Amino acid sequence: MSKSLLTGRLVRLVAVEPDQRGELDAKWSRDSEYLQLLNFDVAVPRGTKQSQEWTRRRLEKPSPDHYPFMIQRLEDDQIIGETGLADTLNPHGDCWFYIGIGERAMWGRGYGSDATRVILRFAFQELNMHRVSLGVFEYNARAKHSYEKVGFVEEGRQRAVLHRNGRRWDGFVMGILRDEWEKHQHEE
Amino acid sequence: MNSELFEGKNIRFGAFDPERDAEAFSKWTHDTEYMRSIQFEPARPLSPFQIKKQLEEWQKEEHEKLFFFVIRTRTDDRAIGEARIYWVQWNHGTAMGQLGIGSPDDRDKGYDGEALDMLLQYVFEEMNLHHFAINTVENNTARQQLLECHGFQCEVRRRQAIFRDGRYWDGLIYGILVEEWSARRSGLHE
Repeated sequence: MSKSLLTGRLVRLVAVEPDQRGELDAKWSRDSEYLQLLNFDVAVPRGTKQSQEWTRRRLEKPSPDHYPFMIQRLEDDQIIGETGLADTLNPHGDCWFYIGIGERAMWGRGYGSDATRVILRFAFQELNMHRVSLGVFEYNARAKHSYEKVGFVEEGRQRAVLHRNGRRWDGFVMGILRDEWEKHQHEE
Repeated sequence: MNSELFEGKNIRFGAFDPERDAEAFSKWTHDTEYMRSIQFEPARPLSPFQIKKQLEEWQKEEHEKLFFFVIRTRTDDRAIGEARIYWVQWNHGTAMGQLGIGSPDDRDKGYDGEALDMLLQYVFEEMNLHHFAINTVENNTARQQLLECHGFQCEVRRRQAIFRDGRYWDGLIYGILVEEWSARRSGLHE
């Protein structure tokens, strides 16, 4: 019980502060490629105030089945992205994981994988989940590789569920079970 | 051109009418097997009052992301089930759906197959979607057969995603593409 549940080797997960998140989201959402990697929504840049208010509304009425975090770099406390678990409240012990590293300069440096390891520990050791699920897009090979590295297994492929940049793409669903995660801990 | 989207051979799709339908919907929520076949959330009985509230919420919150139909018999206009389309991603032309025949006496009469045909026609010819998906669970073999008979493929097997009756079951996501649906349909009509 000695080490902090939410601290990894490179990053820690911290609470979401609306003013700060709004500023960062306004900056990150100018990058359409980032938005297209994140989710199905139409990519649109968001203003600082708009994003702050949106974040405030979400935090004022916290949803009991959503655990959002900001990702903070250990070496200089910089906030580089955000992550969370959604749909945690169900009788099946399943939830949906998401992550985004908004700071482009931080891509490919292991921060995302480290944050994923931290949030899996939170899911299995604090929320006592049985499994964690995620969705990732065909054109996001970097993320898919990172998820495989931390132990997620591909569970299927929804054909042509995305329409972006002039063509259709598949969407993958991945999952990791509690016992797979435990085994992965010993291997690392 | 068959533009009769809401009228099938034996059933029709109609709007939810609180005064007429809340009683029937409430009755179905007391049937846990039925509720388990249309949702992953815990089955819980809801009163007609709660049903009305829930439908009101759905109607105002997600009017462009949720399409909700009451399945009625054409002979006596009785509510026998529900069909819905949710999580509509207009920019990608994709959505999820669900359907069920609520009253036990109306099951095994082929109404679910007819409703699924109508749902498919609606998503592909009215909403102009490209891909349509329906969730089910490993132990619901009747539902898997129904989906496979209508041209769906099992695209995702989420291992041990549903815990029921003391054990884990895989969660299945079935999907069908518009070209698969139209090819099948022209094949059936030949």
